[in-house]
Amino acid sequence: MTYFPEEVVEHIFDFVGSHRDRNTVSTVCKAWYQVERLSRRTVFVGNCYAIGPERVMARFPGIKSLSVKGKPHFADFNLVPYDWGGFALPWIVAAARLCPGLEELRLKRMVVTDDGLELLARSFPNFKSLVLISCEGFSTDGLATIATYCRGLRELDLQENEVEDHGCQWLSFFPDSCTSLVSLNFGCLKGEVNGGALERLVARCPNLRSLKLSPAVSVESLNKILARASHLVDLGTGSFAVDHRTDVYHMLMNSFPKFKSLRNLSGFWDASPCCLRAVYPVCTSLTVLNLSYAPAIQGDDLIKIICLCFKLQKLWVLDSIGDKGLAVVASTCKELQELRVFPCDIYGAGTTSVTEEGLLAVSSGCPKLNSLLYFCYQMTNAALITIAKNCPHFTRFRLCILDPGKPDPVTDQPLDEGFGAIVRSCKNLRRLSLSGRLTDQVFLYIGMYAERLEMLSIAFAGDSDKGMIYVLNGCKNLRKLEIRDCPFGDIALLKNVAKYETMRSLWMSSCDITLGGCKALAAKMPRLNVEIINENEETYEFEENLSDLHKLEKIYVYRTVAGPRNDAPDFVWTL
Amino acid sequence: MDGGVGYADMDALKATELRLGLPGSHPPEKPLPTTTTARPTKRSLDDDREARRETSEGGRATSTRATKAQVVGWPPIRSYRKNSFQAMKATAEAAGLYVKVSMDGAPYLRKIDLEVYKGYRELREGLEDMFKCFEGCKGSEYAITYEDKDGDLMLVGDVPWEMFTSSCKKLRIIRGAEAIRGLGSSQ
Repeated sequence: MTYFPEEVVEHIFDFVGSHRDRNTVSTVCKAWYQVERLSRRTVFVGNCYAIGPERVMARFPGIKSLSVKGKPHFADFNLVPYDWGGFALPWIVAAARLCPGLEELRLKRMVVTDDGLELLARSFPNFKSLVLISCEGFSTDGLATIATYCRGLRELDLQENEVEDHGCQWLSFFPDSCTSLVSLNFGCLKGEVNGGALERLVARCPNLRSLKLSPAVSVESLNKILARASHLVDLGTGSFAVDHRTDVYHMLMNSFPKFKSLRNLSGFWDASPCCLRAVYPVCTSLTVLNLSYAPAIQGDDLIKIICLCFKLQKLWVLDSIGDKGLAVVASTCKELQELRVFPCDIYGAGTTSVTEEGLLAVSSGCPKLNSLLYFCYQMTNAALITIAKNCPHFTRFRLCILDPGKPDPVTDQPLDEGFGAIVRSCKNLRRLSLSGRLTDQVFLYIGMYAERLEMLSIAFAGDSDKGMIYVLNGCKNLRKLEIRDCPFGDIALLKNVAKYETMRSLWMSSCDITLGGCKALAAKMPRLNVEIINENEETYEFEENLSDLHKLEKIYVYRTVAGPRNDAPDFVWTL
Repeated sequence: MDGGVGYADMDALKATELRLGLPGSHPPEKPLPTTTTARPTKRSLDDDREARRETSEGGRATSTRATKAQVVGWPPIRSYRKNSFQAMKATAEAAGLYVKVSMDGAPYLRKIDLEVYKGYRELREGLEDMFKCFEGCKGSEYAITYEDKDGDLMLVGDVPWEMFTSSCKKLRIIRGAEAIRGLGSSQ
């Protein structure tokens, strides 16, 4: 193939879509490497510290789309200190200099500043799409600069970010000439919203298909917006509770029937049961429904809405749905692929919640189910074994039994056999989160059977180093391993050090890893960054004097070609 | 009569204790939780090992849910979601017309938001639904009463709905013949 002219090779590469395939293709020979790198349009960087931004941009000068991820996943649960790192600015700076044709930027768990957003807004004339997920460090001022300078912006998607509120006027910064928006999601903003500016913006964007509002957007505003945006496919409501005696309520009741193309519904911040009735007319065509931010909707009202949603593919709810409600899901939603059940009352007694019965029902009623996130108070081995038999297509299986280390309540046994059945049966399992009482046995099963597993999350599990060793020696596709509160120590850490270069990262917190163990790892594997995160102020000042036996609270190990990072805070020590 | 309960009395007490399970079986004493409280500084490994040993021996969950709530980062729910819920709870309790509801014979009270109901019929249905698990009230008569701003116990249903919601401080469901007789005589 090297005898073909470059244009032909490039054209053939156009059909090579996935990042992995393109990466592989680029290693065949120098000619292919060159063609591939110049024709690459999309780059995904799973760990922002694995490689320097300049190196990425220099290799791929023609990229139109860049995705970068920063903090480790456990940062979502407050396990990573606030200023650990993950700064977006170096990436924006490098792209501004080397890839001015950039059109899309997607950042997850990174620190983005208003300065960064302004640089972004001013540097890329063709910029079309900004997606920020679980980021922080910016304010509505930064959003205002995006609105001002990104002519032709198609997508602004802000998911679950911490955004500082500096006033509601950022929406007014979209010029009157801005008519190109296709997707606007600001559901995570906490401050006031200028209703008039929002309504005018929606009215002048005929291509708007996805709109997700923040809780501050009133029902009155929603009514006005819905009147002008009947082509919406994806809607996230604002506030969804008004007194049923008002005109606004009656208007709301009449706002939905005309939506012929509406497929996704979310938002429902603090929705009340009587307002929820407004969406009944569109339920029969819904494919995605997210009611997980509506704690006031109890089981019976959830059932009333779900039994209309027979085309549903993705459902996110609170556990107030109960096993009874999940039985209704099982009998109604035959197309269901993804289910997430979140706990309503995190610290309470859980009077209405779900058990293994609910999941059993869904597994037997919904044959297409492949993605699960399920918070419950108990699970049994028997149920898991049946679920594994009913649903061999799971690609993501995340089970969180809220009591750490809780065994099977019927047999008092650990849940090894149940999870073992899941990994044996689900040959395409890519992501797994474990919970409940688990011994080393479950890890033996995972190492043996979970061949496609890429991400594994473990908490309060295992008996000895053997557990972790089983996983590291098996699971040949493992990319991310995150462990907390398990009795795994240096022996496990050092047993298979070469493995870490085949993985993106390893996180271990509250385990039995010592400083000596980490030093040994760093010495053996120079292409890994072995980061020690030490928040105990008493010890980090004396790090030179710490004995090798000193137990480490948190470590983060990742492969990198960029060497130790130069932006690490005081409490992060890279060996 | 002496104040203390001696050991002999304890055995006697235990013998009469009502418990689910086969006669002669005794559930193990649950050891008190030692750790799993949020620690701002590094915690001792020994505490940690002990907690794990306790959970591994026979799989008895040693920590109560209240203690678990203090484990950092558990349950694994995004702080974004946790914060949203806390904010919602705050506004919901600030808005809304929450009143306590007690029912004779029920072990605990409930709270309802009067703003959610359109009228007396819906309120009655909502209350029936809420308390139907305490079956003892199925078939037996009951009356719904409320305590108004002046502290008087009033029968629900006499005044217009809006007047009721603005003056109701708490609800009480009275069961039993006597209450009903009182009702009958007033009608």
